[in-house]
Amino acid sequence: MSEFLDTFLNAEVALAATPILWLGLLQTVKLALLTVPLGLAAGLAFALLSTRREPWLRWPLMAAIDTFRAIPPLVLLILLYAGLPFAGIDLGPWGAVALTFTLNTGAYYAEILRAGIESVPVGQAEAARALGLRRRYVWSFVILPQAVRNVLPDLVGNTLEVVKLTSIASVVALPELLFQARQAQSVTFNATPIVVAAAAYFVTLWPFVRLLSHLENRRLAARA
Amino acid sequence: MTGWDGFTFSFLNARVAAQYWPKIVEGLGVTVALAALIIVAGLAIGLALAVVRTLGVRPLNWLIVFAVDLFRALPPLVLIVLIYFGLPAAGIGFSGFWATWLALTCVLAAFAEEIFFGSIRAVPRGQWEAGRALGLRFHAVLTRIVLPQAIRIAVPPLTNRTIAITKGTALGSVVAVAEILGAAQSAMAFSGNPTPLMLGAVAYLVLFLPVVVAGRWVETRFAWRR
Repeated sequence: MSEFLDTFLNAEVALAATPILWLGLLQTVKLALLTVPLGLAAGLAFALLSTRREPWLRWPLMAAIDTFRAIPPLVLLILLYAGLPFAGIDLGPWGAVALTFTLNTGAYYAEILRAGIESVPVGQAEAARALGLRRRYVWSFVILPQAVRNVLPDLVGNTLEVVKLTSIASVVALPELLFQARQAQSVTFNATPIVVAAAAYFVTLWPFVRLLSHLENRRLAARA
Repeated sequence: MTGWDGFTFSFLNARVAAQYWPKIVEGLGVTVALAALIIVAGLAIGLALAVVRTLGVRPLNWLIVFAVDLFRALPPLVLIVLIYFGLPAAGIGFSGFWATWLALTCVLAAFAEEIFFGSIRAVPRGQWEAGRALGLRFHAVLTRIVLPQAIRIAVPPLTNRTIAITKGTALGSVVAVAEILGAAQSAMAFSGNPTPLMLGAVAYLVLFLPVVVAGRWVETRFAWRR
């Protein structure tokens, strides 16, 4: 038992590792604040584009969205980080991470927002036009607010996934929380930093998990 | 070398591709095996936990809810790293493959439990009452009346979630599992050429594009009609 505590809950190691773990957590927050808006913006752009009828636009767009949903984010990240330099384009870790998340999470957000937009009855847009609202206001005042409200649980859930996904940035040596934890672990030969990092992730993300659970149950109950 | 020639030499190198594609196919096999094991175990455990939760034993429910929240809040990579690098210090050694399997199974089980439990609760109360009125006992009402309906409600969110988690098998490359990404990275290191990575990306597309498209079909087919 004491060996277990020593290995996983070593107070001395935890105390020593706290400073760099804290720095890592700040980087994770920074990453999340970077990637979520980027993903949302890309997703919104793709979703709006996907409402157009032109086939020459729809098919390549749907193909792109499906492709970026099918490729695991880590593969895309490695491709952009380690592969692009061979083509002379060096994005560096932050650039590679930003582009990966924009493409991957943008594709997921695009699907969610598209489902939301399609769930708003066509009559809403028609009524808005009939009342003389300009196209852009039809979108921003009538359609999008209802669309977002309809898919709010999925949006929250996906945002939670994006924040958790920031941990893959550790693979390209971005000093976020998991990376710092592994560094501390290899230096101290003790697993405590990883446990502390896991606890930090849990404490930070658990409220959002509860929120998501609440929203999902509300939606399922409304369906029944 | 012109720009295009340089590009094809780096990313579409036929010689390197011919040399290493068997390794990528092996990796594909590992990915499929890992994914299948994760799906079977994760969904079974998730369903079992959801059913246990419907029994209504308070302390048990708290335990389940806590575990589920834990595995939904932790990034899968953190779990994999914890199991692979951390547990050996406690005497339990998992290989990369099984560490990845265990981590992703726990994550899928947690999400599946939430989805199944939500679906069970979404089945109208009247179904339970009618079952009881007909003289069926609790377990019979559950298995013959409620679960078939609940599972149908659960299918769309479940397919999405399952696909997302099985893509997590790529994270196994971080702990030296020879799945597609791991094999591609080794080949890339040996050949000094990123073509294997392109092969790996193609392998993932070949594997998951049909799954994503099928998932979309399943969602429309199993739409819970009111």
